[in-house]
Amino acid sequence: MKYLEIEHLKKTYDDLTVLKDISLSVEAGEVVSVIGPSGSGKSTLLRCATMLETMDGGTLSYMGEKAAWEENGRCVYAPRHEIKQIRKNFGLVFQNFNLFPHYSVLKNITDAPITVAHVPRSNAENEAMALLRQFGLEDKAHAYPCQLSGGQQQRVSIARALALNPKILFFDEPTSALDPELTAEVLKVIKGLARKKMTMIIVTHEMQFAKEISDRIIFMEDGLIRQQGTPEELFGNPDERVKEFIGKFQA
Amino acid sequence: MNYYLLFRQLGEGMLVSVEIFTLTLLFSLPLGMVLAFGRMARSGIIRNTTKVYISIMRGTPLMLQLIVVYFAPFYVFGMKISNGYRFVAVILAFALNYAAYFAEIYRAGIESMPRGQYEAAKVLGYGRSQTFMRIILPQVIKRVLPPVTNETITLVKDTSLAFVLAVVEMFTAAKQLAAKETTIIPLMVAGVFYYVFNLVVATFMEYLEERFRYYQ
Repeated sequence: MKYLEIEHLKKTYDDLTVLKDISLSVEAGEVVSVIGPSGSGKSTLLRCATMLETMDGGTLSYMGEKAAWEENGRCVYAPRHEIKQIRKNFGLVFQNFNLFPHYSVLKNITDAPITVAHVPRSNAENEAMALLRQFGLEDKAHAYPCQLSGGQQQRVSIARALALNPKILFFDEPTSALDPELTAEVLKVIKGLARKKMTMIIVTHEMQFAKEISDRIIFMEDGLIRQQGTPEELFGNPDERVKEFIGKFQA
Repeated sequence: MNYYLLFRQLGEGMLVSVEIFTLTLLFSLPLGMVLAFGRMARSGIIRNTTKVYISIMRGTPLMLQLIVVYFAPFYVFGMKISNGYRFVAVILAFALNYAAYFAEIYRAGIESMPRGQYEAAKVLGYGRSQTFMRIILPQVIKRVLPPVTNETITLVKDTSLAFVLAVVEMFTAAKQLAAKETTIIPLMVAGVFYYVFNLVVATFMEYLEERFRYYQ
C-alpha cells in the first residue's frame, strides 16, 4: 500500500521556484533517504509533505486519502477536520529538535497523546517510559531538555514523534546540529526503527548512513529528482553530477 | 508633630494606593493580552486601530488621561458626574494606560518565540488555542517577567497621580500633612512607605522569576 504519494509537486517563493516537479511515492515499511546539495529543495519537499508549507501545485495523499490537489492551477487543501485526521499519519523530527523547553522529557512525550489524542495518562506514561528505555534514556524522564546533550534531545524528539504512533516518520537532517559522537547515537536509534520496518523518509547528509539504511535513495538537485534507486544503483551511478556529489562526502 | 496622626493618615492613604495598584493590575494585565492580539491581528483595521490606541496611550501624559476619563461622561454624553465616579475614573484611566504598555511587552514576548515551537506543536496535532495555552504562553510569561516587573514598579509610584482627581492616596495625604504642619517629614515618611511597597513588589516578582528558572 502506498503510504505517501506526491505527484507533480511545485513550490515557489516569490519568483524563486524551489520545487519544480516532484513525484514520489513511498510504500509501507520503506526507508527512503533524500540527499542532494544545499538549496536543492530537500527540506522544502519535507515541509510541503508535512504541510508546514503550502504547495503551489500537484497532489499530496496519505494512505490513499487526498490532502491537497490542484484546481484551476492552484492547490486546494482538504477541509480542516480532514487535514487534522490526515496529520495523524505522520510524525516529523526536526533538525534542531524543537522540544518544549518548559516540559520535562516525560511530559514532552506524553503531552500530545494526552491532550491531542486523549490517551489516558497512565497509558501514555507507560508508553513513553517504554520508548525512553528503548532509547537508553529512562533515567532522564524527569530532566528538562536544557539538561540534555544534543544527541539525547534528538532521541527524545524521536520518542515524542513515535508516541503518537505515526505510520510514517519524517526526519529533516536529524544529525546536522550534532557532533560525530552524538550523531552516532541518533543514527543507531534510527537504524533500530528501520529494523522494525518503520516507514521513514530521511533528509540527510550522512552518506554512509543513507547507504546502509535505505531501501531507496533519492538525489535531488535544482528542485528536481535527478536520480533515484537502491543504494547500490545510486552509489554505482554513472551520472557525473551524482558521482561528484557523493565523491565529496567520501573524500 | 503628631506622629500617631501622621502614621494613621499615611496608612489610610497607603490603603488607597494599594487599592489603585491592585485593581489596575487586575484589569490591565488581561486587557494588555487582548490588545497584544489586536496589535498582531491579521485584519489591518484591527491592527491599525490598536496601534493608534497604544500610540496615544503611551504618547500623552497619564495625568491628562485621568482628567479626560473623568470628564468624558459630562462632555461627551452630557451626564452628571457623581462623586463616586472619581475613584472609578482613576482605575479606568490607569488600566487603559497600563494595558497599552503591557500589550507591547506581551507582543515582544510572543514574537520572540522561535517558529520551531509552533511547527512542532502543529505536527503533533495541537490546535491553535492548545498551542498558545500549553506551549507558547508559559514560555512567554517567563520571557516577559523582567519588563513586567519594571512596569509594576513604575505603577506603584504612578498611583500618586490619582491626586488630580482628588482621590486621597498616600502622596496626597502626605502633602496635606506637610502643608498643615509646615514640615517635609510626612513627605519623607511617604517616600519610605513607597520604597517598602516596591520592595515587597520586587521581592514577589523575583520569587516568580525564580520559579521559572527551572528551564532555559
